[in-house]
Amino acid sequence: MSSEEYVQHHLGHLQLSLHTMTLTTNNPGFWVIDLDALGLAIVLGLAFLILFRLVAIRVVEGTPGKLQNFVEIIVEFVDRLVKETFHGKSNLIAPLALTIFIWVFLMNMMDLIPVDLLPGLFGLMGIDYFRSVPTADPNITFGLSIPVFCIIMFYSFKVKGVLGFGKEIFFKPFGPYLLPINFIFKVIEELVKPLSLALRLFGNLFAGELIFILIAIMPWWIQFIPGGIWSIFHLLVIVLQAFIFMMLTIVYLSMAHEEH
Amino acid sequence: MNINLTLIGQMITFIVFIWFTMRYVWPPITKAMQERQKRISEGLSAAERGKRELELAKHKATEILREAKLNASHLIEQANKRAVQIIEEAKEQARKESQQIIDYAHTEIEQMTANTKDALRKEVADLVVTGAEKVIEKEINKQIHDKVIDELVAEL
Repeated sequence: MSSEEYVQHHLGHLQLSLHTMTLTTNNPGFWVIDLDALGLAIVLGLAFLILFRLVAIRVVEGTPGKLQNFVEIIVEFVDRLVKETFHGKSNLIAPLALTIFIWVFLMNMMDLIPVDLLPGLFGLMGIDYFRSVPTADPNITFGLSIPVFCIIMFYSFKVKGVLGFGKEIFFKPFGPYLLPINFIFKVIEELVKPLSLALRLFGNLFAGELIFILIAIMPWWIQFIPGGIWSIFHLLVIVLQAFIFMMLTIVYLSMAHEEH
Repeated sequence: MNINLTLIGQMITFIVFIWFTMRYVWPPITKAMQERQKRISEGLSAAERGKRELELAKHKATEILREAKLNASHLIEQANKRAVQIIEEAKEQARKESQQIIDYAHTEIEQMTANTKDALRKEVADLVVTGAEKVIEKEINKQIHDKVIDELVAEL
């Protein structure tokens, strides 16, 4: 297998075509599901929810145990960030931020698993294509940012009212005489939010995954040096990207709550 | 790199996960944390209050002790004063009584002396008269010389 084929192979999703109900890869159609990305996303998300739910069920007010302590540290971290940025009362924003942070972090974390491990294991079971980083699939990152965008729109209309938000769309920042320009500016401003959220995460993780694949092409006796360096660097990227996604979501939502 | 149905699947999954976190994960954990925070702050303030009360009680105790000491010393002083006074009074009374007794004795002595003197004087006069009568019985007229003898007696 040549290097090019190896890279191409690793970038192929395990897909289920709903037209033919068969497993494919690199299928350009819409009625296709990336089983690997969505499956891993769901598994990781469930792992997070089950762990946190178990802690929530057995939560004690007194001295917390180790697991509860760990969960509380994360919850408190997110809660503090939300309180610092968002000045208002919302039952949605903090849980949303927590979900994003942990879930994205776990999905990014898949990048640190050796690139051939999961594809190899699935290969043994007769499945030829498998990609192990869900966030390196734009479907997954847009699947996160579009609901966030919808929530931003919902709150913009809810807090400011249709009239208030309409005024913001049409009369700001240049006043009523440049109405169309205002409108275009506002639409771009809003649409850029989900686009940048999704593409930033996708770009970082896709690049990370690609570099791991490229490192895997190198001779085996040298791999550990660039692999080690990139892993350490990427560890930072993984946490940082999860944090950025969460933080920007909080910031956008708090902007949606505030009058300009 | 194609957008496909995975997007819809991920969106639905995400919304379900948010709902689950919002409903079953976030509230119980944050509630427990808030309760603990409240309990800790209550405990701290209670401790602070207890400390202050203790301080106050200590202060009060020393105050009471000081007052008691002051009272006691007052009492002792008063008692001392009273004792001295009583002794003085007793002394004075004793002095007065002894003086009285002495005075009484003096007057008695004086009276007795006077009585004795009178009696003696009379007896001497009688004796003189009797003696004189016996010596100069015949030659001297009793009436004439009685007067002289009385004067003599008075001079004694």
